[in-house]
Amino acid sequence: MTLLIEESATSTQEKTPKSRGKVRLREHLMGWVFVGPFGLVFLAFLIAPLAYALYLSLWQKKLIGGTSFVFLGNYVKAFTDPTFLSGVWFVVRFSVVAIPVQIVIALAMALIVDAVTSLFTRFSRLMIFLPYAIPTVIGAVMWGFLYSKSFGPLTDIFGLFGATAPDFFSKNLIFYGLINVVTWQWAGYYMIILYAALQGIDPTLYEAARMDGAGKWQIALRIKIPLIAPALLLILVFSLIGTLQFFNEPQILRYLAAGTIAPGFTPNMYAYQQAFGLANFNYGSAISFALGGIVFVCVYAFLFFTRKRRSFF
Amino acid sequence: MKRKSLITAAALLAAASALAACAPDAGGGSAAGGSAPAANDAGGNNASNCTNTISKKDLPVVTFWGWYPNMQLVVDNFNKQNNEVQVCWTNVGQGGDEYDKFQTAISAGTGAPDVIMIEADRIPTFQIQKALVDIKQYGYDAVKDNYGPGAWKDVSIGGAVYGAPVDGGPMAMIYRKDVFEKYKITPPKTWAEYEQAAQKVKDAGGPQFGDLGANVPAVMMALQIQKGANPYTYDPARPESIGIKLNDQASKDVLDYWGRLAKNGLVGTQDQFTPEYIAGVVNGKYATYISAAWAPGYLTGAGVGKGKDTGKFAVAPLPQWDSSNPVQVNWGGSAFSVTSQAKNPALAAKVAYGLYADDESLTDGWTNQIIFPLNLKALNDPAFVDLKVAFFDGQQANKEVYVPAANAYTGMTYSPFGQYYFDSMTKQIGAVIDGSITGAQAADRVQEDVANYAKEQGFTVQ
Repeated sequence: MTLLIEESATSTQEKTPKSRGKVRLREHLMGWVFVGPFGLVFLAFLIAPLAYALYLSLWQKKLIGGTSFVFLGNYVKAFTDPTFLSGVWFVVRFSVVAIPVQIVIALAMALIVDAVTSLFTRFSRLMIFLPYAIPTVIGAVMWGFLYSKSFGPLTDIFGLFGATAPDFFSKNLIFYGLINVVTWQWAGYYMIILYAALQGIDPTLYEAARMDGAGKWQIALRIKIPLIAPALLLILVFSLIGTLQFFNEPQILRYLAAGTIAPGFTPNMYAYQQAFGLANFNYGSAISFALGGIVFVCVYAFLFFTRKRRSFF
Repeated sequence: MKRKSLITAAALLAAASALAACAPDAGGGSAAGGSAPAANDAGGNNASNCTNTISKKDLPVVTFWGWYPNMQLVVDNFNKQNNEVQVCWTNVGQGGDEYDKFQTAISAGTGAPDVIMIEADRIPTFQIQKALVDIKQYGYDAVKDNYGPGAWKDVSIGGAVYGAPVDGGPMAMIYRKDVFEKYKITPPKTWAEYEQAAQKVKDAGGPQFGDLGANVPAVMMALQIQKGANPYTYDPARPESIGIKLNDQASKDVLDYWGRLAKNGLVGTQDQFTPEYIAGVVNGKYATYISAAWAPGYLTGAGVGKGKDTGKFAVAPLPQWDSSNPVQVNWGGSAFSVTSQAKNPALAAKVAYGLYADDESLTDGWTNQIIFPLNLKALNDPAFVDLKVAFFDGQQANKEVYVPAANAYTGMTYSPFGQYYFDSMTKQIGAVIDGSITGAQAADRVQEDVANYAKEQGFTVQ
């Protein structure tokens, strides 16, 4: 492949321009050569596994009775399976709470870091971003210890006021415990994206606004936020997709709170349990595709509703 | 001998600065690179990726997965003493991690080893998928007398033998001597006494008496069987028909009993094999620990019994429901099984029967508290029986508690859907702990859940 490229590169330099059709053909070929390596990897490691999983999801394998073609049977089962549905309901609720919290925090921090210029802002920018650089697994283990009644600080802090520390591993509080972990991890990342978008705004706009008598709040609300709306939309979509596929944190914390976090806690965890714990690769694939469908519908609906009002503030 | 949660617990422990975790590691040595002549196919059967070094290169090779901490030594002992076959060993993870890989290899039809270490309670799960070979015809008679009837029952289904027993987990009650002395109680002999003692300690302002962990459903299963539950009945000749009784009176009673203890605050509800739980054990937060014979080794590895809690532990027989008719049960314990992907089952069976059966390996296993041996050579060895266990402050724990328990153990019948059953139990025990359902309701839910799963998998449920 490299040979081919070198050859054609030298030939275009040396020879006189050919007829237009030949050049276009050559360009076409070159295009394919450049796309080729990516295309092969893309086909082999994304399209082919997806197609195979889709194929698997149409079959059913029983311990007794072997494999049979059930067409959409696994999907019918998934959408009537209380475990799957409660998992979906959990991630939807989780998205509704966690995403606004993350975005509001990220936006507030981005506006502050953008507006204040001192030596300290560079440092705090880095610190706010740092949790994103910590692998989710490590982050989850760390929070596992912070929430711990024996090792964590909560018992001591609440003890000062004579109160008992909340148990974030209990059924009632695990939702908030996980929201906290996710927000800690992702808010800094979203902040960086928003901050980059803010830096891209032409500063003369601020000057014009100030000439017209706008204060800092007005600049932030009426100039900055509307201008970074595309970036906000982007991170909203990112976080929506990511949250609906929630997996890492609960899967890790499961080892500390197995009674609270069941194997079917989120749809992705359920797919994992079915495929690798119970060897129901067929049903596991169906759950994955069902979840994929739900994510697609949610994201599509979201984009549809924000389509006409790109500047929705 | 242990389970998935152990690894995680170990990993988490390593991170806990409060506890210096140092798991016993007898065989960490020699790097990979034992090349073998009989490299056959890909995956787990590939004999060119052994962790151990094979010196007798012209002999046929059997591939093996296992996770005992002294596996390296055991494999080397076997290879040294054997001139017929050599073992190529890989550790692909402990408990659940290994089962997931094995399960995937079964589904793929390739990639499994010839011989595999599995806990006895998982044998039916793999047997029903026809992933294991009956090794009765391959030398069972020669080793038959080396193990007790309970050990054989755990690895047998019908008349067929699906594994060579290695270690067991006769259950007992580990307790804190200091707590028992302080509140003037003697080790309870029955579960009724256990509850009374728990109440007494609580009324006197003492610690919790035990722990109901949602993540150790195997304990609940064993305790239900102790009371007379018979969860699964099946005839290997008619595998499509299975009896599932997870909500009989005995099962309900045991779940209700523990649910009541938890509700009354007599026992904790902490997941076990977690740093949180170990910290509780170290700090005397639990007066007893209902566990198996391998627990002292595990606890020592997790850092228990080394600091301020040195010499605080003792062990007593498992409390009974009916003291005139005691029943001993088992938690954990592993066997070596031959997989149906083995190229040469006869040769593989030689390894399954022979590995960890030589004196040197067995002695290393029990002196370092890695295994509670099922091999009668070790069980009857006076050095083993009379051992003064350091963890129990010199108590002759084997002689007084574990050996009688092992000898009285008659075997249990395990679930052919082990993973699903345990997941379901964990979920419902969790619900009992948070008080949303009673133990009896939990038993009903597990029954319904598992029976539905069985039907879905094509079984006829009786």
